[in-house]
Amino acid sequence: MTLPEPGSWGPYLAIAAMALATYLCRISGVVLMGFIPLTPRVRRGLAALPGSIVVATVLPMIERLGLAAGLALLAAIASMVLRRSELLALLVGMAVVSLMRAAGF
Amino acid sequence: MPSGAKSEPPVAAQLSLAGVRLGIRRVAVLTPGIVVFSVAFGAAAAAKGLSLLEAVLMSAMVYAGVSQLVAMELWRPEWSWGAIAGLAVVTATVNARMVLQGASLQPWLARYPRLVNAVHLFFFTDANWLIGTRYQSEGGRDLGVLVGAGLALWLIWVVATLPGYLLGALVADPRQYGIDLVMPIFFAAMLVPLWRGPRAALPWIVAGIVALVTARLVGGYAFIIVGALSGALAGALLDDPA
Repeated sequence: MTLPEPGSWGPYLAIAAMALATYLCRISGVVLMGFIPLTPRVRRGLAALPGSIVVATVLPMIERLGLAAGLALLAAIASMVLRRSELLALLVGMAVVSLMRAAGF
Repeated sequence: MPSGAKSEPPVAAQLSLAGVRLGIRRVAVLTPGIVVFSVAFGAAAAAKGLSLLEAVLMSAMVYAGVSQLVAMELWRPEWSWGAIAGLAVVTATVNARMVLQGASLQPWLARYPRLVNAVHLFFFTDANWLIGTRYQSEGGRDLGVLVGAGLALWLIWVVATLPGYLLGALVADPRQYGIDLVMPIFFAAMLVPLWRGPRAALPWIVAGIVALVTARLVGGYAFIIVGALSGALAGALLDDPA
């Protein structure tokens, strides 16, 4: 049996396929963890997971985005240590990267 | 998915309007960054020849910025089933980090009926994961925070796609203002409230090193998954201080 080609429905099917793939990513972590018993070891692994995701996402990005980005992130972290405000950290980070990019870095 | 008919939770499974409001307040910081990101997507979609309906539909149904931009790289005028399947696979690899993000919140979400989780997870994304993670690490347990932040961002994301699409070429290079760094900065800043001392940060170092090496070796976004899993594994193997 052969499926008819997507034809004019192509873009909508492509969007639906993306939506399905993304939704499966959204729920599967929660569903899968439901089958794993929460032993102390698993708990420790889960406790380490958020920070690990953050570091694993950000570090290679700094490498790809360059020096200005790295300094901006450091400035944002420093701002966060001094004043626990995400807004301020965001403003500080964006200011640093805009200035450095304007200066040609 | 069966609706969670059994009423199990011994601990109160909170989901309040006050929580929703708190979530919206916490995510407000990110509004300008998300608007510009969504506008950039709308502009890219217009340039690639998507109809306005297709662009808005994608923002509403996929609601995952990086994967939408990647899809614009792969977009084509004619679609075969193979091309559609390929796009789905690429989308899944870009968004695979959500699997781990969801897993990290599972102990909290497990208290709620499956149907509730199945619905609100549609609005699950980087920003409300970060906000939910921080809120939970402070002892908060109201699911409304996650829901409010996710819904508010979704609405902004979908609406802001419109001006991007319509004004397209008028959008200046967002890089100039550091807009491409909004999420990385927000991610990095979140390390401060997550900090639990150098010992607890040891897995983070493992995650960082493995991610850097993986990024060197393979393209795409595999470094997030490989790095984060290594960090979790290191955390699991580290024994608690006596």
